[in-house]
Amino acid sequence: MTENQSIHHNPIALHKALDRIWGTKPGWGRLAAVNHNVIGVRFMLTALVFFAIGGVLAMLIRTQLASSQSVFMDAETYGQVFTMHGTIMMFLFAIPFFEGMAIYLLPKLLGTRDLAFPRLGAYGYWCYLFGGMILIGALLAGVAPNSGWFMYTPLSSSVYAPGINSDVWLLGITFVEISALSAAVEIIVTIMKIRAPGMSLDRMPIFAWYMLVVATMMLIGFPPLILGSILLEVERAFDLPFFDPTRGGDPLLWQHLFWLFGHPEVYIIFLPAAGAISTILPVLAGTPLAGYRMIVAAIVSMAFLSFGLWVHHMYTVGIPHVALSFFSAASALVAIPTAIQIFAWLATLAHGRARFSIPMLHIFGFFFVFVIGGLTGVMLAMVPFDWQAHDTHFVVAHLHYVLVGGFIFPMLAMAYYWVPHLTGKQPVQHLSHAAFWMIFIGFNLTFFFMHLTGLRGMPRRVFEYPPEFGWEVLNFVSSMGSFVMAMGFALIALDFILLFKFGRAFRRNPWKAGTLEWAMPTPPPPYNFASIPRIDCRADLLDPDVIGPHLAAGRGYLGIPRDDRMEVLGVNSVTGEPEQLVLLPRQTFLPFWTAVATGSFFLLMLFKFYWATPVALAAVIVCFCLWSRSDASSFDDDAVPIGHGETVPVHIRAESPPSYLAMVLTLVADTTLYISLLFGCLFLWISAPNWPPENLQNPNLWLLILAAATMSLGSIGSRISKKSAHMALVGNGLAFAGHLISTGLLISIAFYSLPSPSGHAATASLFVILCYVALHGVVGSIFAAHALLRALRDHDMSVRALDLKIGGLWHDYSAASGFAAVGFCLLLDSLVHGGGL
Amino acid sequence: MPLGGCSGDFSALDPAGRSAASIASLWWAMLWGSFALFALVLGLFLAAVLIPRFGRGVSQKRWIILGGLVLPVPVLTGLTFYAFAHGEFLLRGAVSETDEVLEVRAVGRMWQWQFSYPSVPGSAVHTDLLHIPAGRTVEIIAESEDVIHSFWVPRLGGKIDAVPGHSNRLRIRADQPGRYGGICSEYCGTGHAGMHFEVQAHRQEDFREILTGGLHHD
Repeated sequence: MTENQSIHHNPIALHKALDRIWGTKPGWGRLAAVNHNVIGVRFMLTALVFFAIGGVLAMLIRTQLASSQSVFMDAETYGQVFTMHGTIMMFLFAIPFFEGMAIYLLPKLLGTRDLAFPRLGAYGYWCYLFGGMILIGALLAGVAPNSGWFMYTPLSSSVYAPGINSDVWLLGITFVEISALSAAVEIIVTIMKIRAPGMSLDRMPIFAWYMLVVATMMLIGFPPLILGSILLEVERAFDLPFFDPTRGGDPLLWQHLFWLFGHPEVYIIFLPAAGAISTILPVLAGTPLAGYRMIVAAIVSMAFLSFGLWVHHMYTVGIPHVALSFFSAASALVAIPTAIQIFAWLATLAHGRARFSIPMLHIFGFFFVFVIGGLTGVMLAMVPFDWQAHDTHFVVAHLHYVLVGGFIFPMLAMAYYWVPHLTGKQPVQHLSHAAFWMIFIGFNLTFFFMHLTGLRGMPRRVFEYPPEFGWEVLNFVSSMGSFVMAMGFALIALDFILLFKFGRAFRRNPWKAGTLEWAMPTPPPPYNFASIPRIDCRADLLDPDVIGPHLAAGRGYLGIPRDDRMEVLGVNSVTGEPEQLVLLPRQTFLPFWTAVATGSFFLLMLFKFYWATPVALAAVIVCFCLWSRSDASSFDDDAVPIGHGETVPVHIRAESPPSYLAMVLTLVADTTLYISLLFGCLFLWISAPNWPPENLQNPNLWLLILAAATMSLGSIGSRISKKSAHMALVGNGLAFAGHLISTGLLISIAFYSLPSPSGHAATASLFVILCYVALHGVVGSIFAAHALLRALRDHDMSVRALDLKIGGLWHDYSAASGFAAVGFCLLLDSLVHGGGL
Repeated sequence: MPLGGCSGDFSALDPAGRSAASIASLWWAMLWGSFALFALVLGLFLAAVLIPRFGRGVSQKRWIILGGLVLPVPVLTGLTFYAFAHGEFLLRGAVSETDEVLEVRAVGRMWQWQFSYPSVPGSAVHTDLLHIPAGRTVEIIAESEDVIHSFWVPRLGGKIDAVPGHSNRLRIRADQPGRYGGICSEYCGTGHAGMHFEVQAHRQEDFREILTGGLHHD
């Protein structure tokens, strides 16, 4: 039937119909954009603006250091400038830029029309933009963070940094990281569920594998940082002494939490770039990528290893040498997956015939710079050498070799490769060569000699140095080099402006690539594909020239626009066979307003209007509740035709809908945060001075057990509610009451039964754990209330039970977190009073 | 005493004691190894791009196994153990026998170091000036009164952080009497850049006299 209908559609008519549904509205409607093309480009452009700001700050640093005892900046200004340079480049440029790139590219490479959660992407973007604006605002106002981009406490504590500066970092970055976590969930779910039919896991283009690994790392890597930021902000704002050694806290806890995030972060930045190389390089070599499976194995093992080597940032904090040697060995080991990728690329080049082009030039830059960075990385992984080189300019040189080599050069290669896709124009290439060589030579001039500066004793983060220390000539060379590099970047910008203005049009697939993003018109329409392809081989060995016109004529799946709905196919995660029709939400202002409400919470925290923060939180909750309302589509057929004679159910009736997986992933991140919290508290017991506290008064244990038991009523209630329509009322009522009572109990224990949490880190830990569980009770009661309202309105709960299933997951997790809190209290009690296990 | 113009050199590549020399030798070994590996990888890249049919006789799988496993595994294993041995040597303070070690308390605060000698009765507390005996291993006990600082004398050995609430230990050693520059290497606020100190290594027989005798020995 669908076959017949699709014949009536010619490509132009189909395009017009789809464009009307998927396109972003002009004017104010732009704020309601949810389309991944728009959001992806916004992410990338915003990140480039931040890159320019970070670059200007770098120039200020190099100007200051060009001569000894320079009077250009004072120590305070310099502190803000180097802190913001690192912070901007890491959090506001590198991560958001590849997020934008993944948001833009992934649906195209996977052969689908959009990401799994378009509104979440839009919300993430607004959080990123607003959070970044808070940081830049602080920079302009002269109150930017000033303790270095890793914010070591006590320097960043309220005692030694009483101003607003550190709060700007802790709150602003946490706000921005909402976008990283939401992107992580969205990317994983999209890769697992929203692909073209037939694209099994082992047929995915290699870039999807890279992003799957990266997003998983983000999901696990960011919670420790967010936890650390929350704890430090709580210490600054409410005097809970997690990091204060005089009251049982420990500055090293911050370092562990920060680097537990910070080291995977380096690979989180490198892997998307490596994924771009694995995609581009085979095309330029005219041959398939060598060792697809070995590369997948390498990046997965890299992800595992990357969580086991954070301590190599802490070789000098006094950890025993034998313990350090494990981390040293793991740090050396991580060079192997990198070597596997490097040699897979070399093998690809050797077996192909490299086509010389501008992207290839930047890949050469990548090889040259990144290999040096990797080698100095192995040197620094060796404990004795690090004892000399740590915190000197050697490390500064190393990290720039790794990040510029492992991110900037691949990104430039990528930009020259994919900008034709984005703009529909090909470069004319007059400035590209000169720009590359200026960046390449300028970069090496700046940073190669900086290794020597560090070995000759120059520490990081000094704003002046006496002339007799003998560092002046080297610094002057570095500064000159940096200006050459800056001019190179300006030339790149000019090159792209010229391309946008005067680039020449092309028909299709200018690089002769085998991936699906070229099987569409360029610049891409908002819906990507007029119909969705079936994939029967690895999705980087396709012929876009044949597939493109076929899909444009609506001969694939979903080739007929229906009832103004945004339709994509959901597939089995492993086999890629279609199993559901996923209806995406239409354009909406909700993400924008939710981000505004979220931002108001962070601003109220920043300016210490704590009494007003509940209002902002309530606004956020109300906004999110509205999200679910617009989601409640009345369309819940069990068998919808999708073309080629196949039918699938709508996602709310499917076995494993995308939002269910999203909830599982959210809880994975949540668990990581909770485990970091529990282990962080145990770490204090092991490491911090002034332990055990003199009179640790455990909370009323029976009351706590009662709270955990009532919390598990949510879990029981949600199970009862599945039995029948009548029981739904009872079950959800039970869940609602259980959460409310439990939350009340937990809050009363935290505020009335515990001694003042500002007295000792042990009490502060218990207080925060109780608050964590109570927060889950509040959210759980909202889930239960939603389900209760549904039951009262007498919906047929058995058919459209998706939101109930999602709520059930939350109830289970809350119950588990309550019992974990009880267990922790018992453990702490036995450790403190029993003197050990 | 104020910092004189003669703060000595800060170069880790110009070691003046066994500890620093041990690290420097590790560095030179790694540097030459790195040169070789860099030349190999870049050479292969350029050959694969520029020379037609280069490396095509080797299967892709072989390329990856040779370059990704056979090459790095022995190099990294050897290096890790070699570096571990160096680390153990440094922990002992670059002495093989159980030599007598002099303990010095180094307390960092914004933005100066105070050095005291718990085992030398009657010794004074010195600010930004550390007297040590030459030819004898010294154990620095680094502590902090405020934020994190880091004790570092590049020509005599590695560095150790002074973390508030902790006492960290580092062994350094000067082979010859002389003056060596020391510097705080963990960012500790606006005065970080000026947080230098000087180490004066004395002949064993002069050392005790200097500690208990004149405060402002120059």
